[in-house]
Amino acid sequence: MSLKFEPRREIPKSLVYGTPLLAIALTILSGYLLFMFLGLNPGSTLYIFLVSPLETRFGLAELAVKAGPLILIATGLAIGFRANVWNIGAEGQLTIGAIFGAGVALAFWGDEGFWILPLMFVAGAAGGMLWAAIPAFLKTKFEVSEILTSLMLTYVATLVLSILVHGPWRDPEGFNFPQSRLFTEAAILPIVLEGTRLHAGAFVALFAAVAAWVLLTHTVTGFQVKVVGQAPMAARFAGFSQKGTVWFSLLLAGALAGLAGMIEVAGPIGQLTPQLTPGYGFTAIIVAFLGRLNPLGIILAGLVMAISYIGGENAQVYAQLPQAATGVFQGMLLFYLLASDFLVRYRIRFRSAKHQAAKPRREVAAT
Amino acid sequence: MIDFLVLIAVSVVIAATPMLFAAVGELVVERSGVLNLGVEGMMLIGAVVGFGVTMTTGSAVLGIGSAALAGAALALVFGVLVLTLMANQVATGLALTIFGIGLSALIGAGFVGMPIAGLPKLDIPGVSDLPVVGPLLFQYDAMVYLSVALTLAVGWFLKRTHAGMVLRAVGESAESAHSIGHPVIRVRYLATLFGGAMAGLGGAFLSLSVTPMWAENMTSGRGWIALALVVFGSWRPGRVLLGAYIFGGVTILQLHAQGSGGLGFGLPGQVFTMLPYLATIVVLTIISAGPWRGRFQAPACLAQPFRPSV
Repeated sequence: MSLKFEPRREIPKSLVYGTPLLAIALTILSGYLLFMFLGLNPGSTLYIFLVSPLETRFGLAELAVKAGPLILIATGLAIGFRANVWNIGAEGQLTIGAIFGAGVALAFWGDEGFWILPLMFVAGAAGGMLWAAIPAFLKTKFEVSEILTSLMLTYVATLVLSILVHGPWRDPEGFNFPQSRLFTEAAILPIVLEGTRLHAGAFVALFAAVAAWVLLTHTVTGFQVKVVGQAPMAARFAGFSQKGTVWFSLLLAGALAGLAGMIEVAGPIGQLTPQLTPGYGFTAIIVAFLGRLNPLGIILAGLVMAISYIGGENAQVYAQLPQAATGVFQGMLLFYLLASDFLVRYRIRFRSAKHQAAKPRREVAAT
Repeated sequence: MIDFLVLIAVSVVIAATPMLFAAVGELVVERSGVLNLGVEGMMLIGAVVGFGVTMTTGSAVLGIGSAALAGAALALVFGVLVLTLMANQVATGLALTIFGIGLSALIGAGFVGMPIAGLPKLDIPGVSDLPVVGPLLFQYDAMVYLSVALTLAVGWFLKRTHAGMVLRAVGESAESAHSIGHPVIRVRYLATLFGGAMAGLGGAFLSLSVTPMWAENMTSGRGWIALALVVFGSWRPGRVLLGAYIFGGVTILQLHAQGSGGLGFGLPGQVFTMLPYLATIVVLTIISAGPWRGRFQAPACLAQPFRPSV
């Protein structure tokens, strides 16, 4: 018996949207085996990871709090991935966005102007754009791989943050802890749901994803991004600028990541700390793929991935698992997703050797 | 003064070795036309497995061997995805790193803060005790020599052997190599596994020799710098070796600059910690922008999936 792979001419929609579900199912199964292998009770550990985040009102609100930045960042990354622009430094763009936003908050510390939050939004987006502009410039000018430059800049951004919170921006009344002053009311996003941490930032993420969906499906820019990514030759004939697309997708992704960073410091954190995110910038890459590079899919994918973060936190408390165990789930999910994409692109046929041998004879008979 | 310089030179070599292992492995992978961005993840798995096995069995040889196997095992996952299932290489490599960071932390949770005796330094009677030359050349542990030997072996393999020629052909033009009967996919699998084993060795050197301990995420970007070193070395082992030692130098420079209070500039220590990352960006830019641009091209089929048409 042999396996035969045939490229599909038409890709069935059911498979495109079904494979993420298959990938999630396989990830859960592998998690079960992994926990068993590690000598944990697999059932209860999985329960902590997957179900416990959904059990309380607080947990559900947290879901939105964590999904917000993931959706925001993944939306920007997805547009770049469509155009074959591999920005994997969103974590750094987020960090610089947070620094810029926090800079505004600290500069007007104690002021009560209604304009402080809007200014922080602008600053956050500008910071992320600035950081993303560096790989964009190096890519368009010198053809330096944006993969490596954007990633290296993430390490640099983290160190810039560390310098600020250990040095000039350290809270003068903070007993020498490496963190900034707590932002005053005017620089904090309003809470939407009493008794939880759900803040207005979640709606920014939702709005950005829907806007990006409109951009991708209903505008020439969206079409251009798709063509540049899928058929660079055709794009050149059509006069679509490759460099323009690199700039556009990196700046947009940078702005959204910067915004996510600003929302984190003005939302759940409320000050600048050395560790701003549990790796949102990297997880957003998985969210982008899980959402099929489609902003509406990304909203769902962001919620799914947020579960793994809260589950990871719960597992740290109740099962003494390191927080990084979340990464195992996230990595496996992306593996399975990429693997199951094969089913989308190829049709698998099982053939017995007898069948193959029989075929030519029939042809002979026909002639 | 001489003693101090020797001390610096020795520390440069030690700082360079993990990156050298990983970069030479990735070089072979890329020469076969595959781009594996999961080096950081494979190094971490190598680091934790190498540490764990050495600690529990007491045998560093077993530890190092298991680290190589663990790296190769992770590379096999990558291989199945990108070679058999033709998944996107960039995305799969990233998944490998995210997975490796998480899995290594999970496995290593029980090892954090545990002490271990580092690899023993070589002690050859006669030569190791020579002044200057002794510490400079003959007092490292065995893995340092292994890294150099493997680099030379890879150089010889790629340039002088038939198998090496096939590997290069597969990377330059998978279609042509396939049409004259070379097993493209098999060659790429072997190269990928070799790259994984090398990254695993690099990780093990980190957790057994550089800082004999395990800490979450202890590679702190060395895997990515190794990827940049392959570009820096324009896909040639000799230049990758040189590049690794230069980057080892940058790493040591930043440590000393921090230790001496910012070299008198009063700069915060983090500025110096940035150096290796900034140097990577600068070096990549110079390589891509200089008059030599285009002379050291990447393998033509790098990161392109291949499926035999027959």
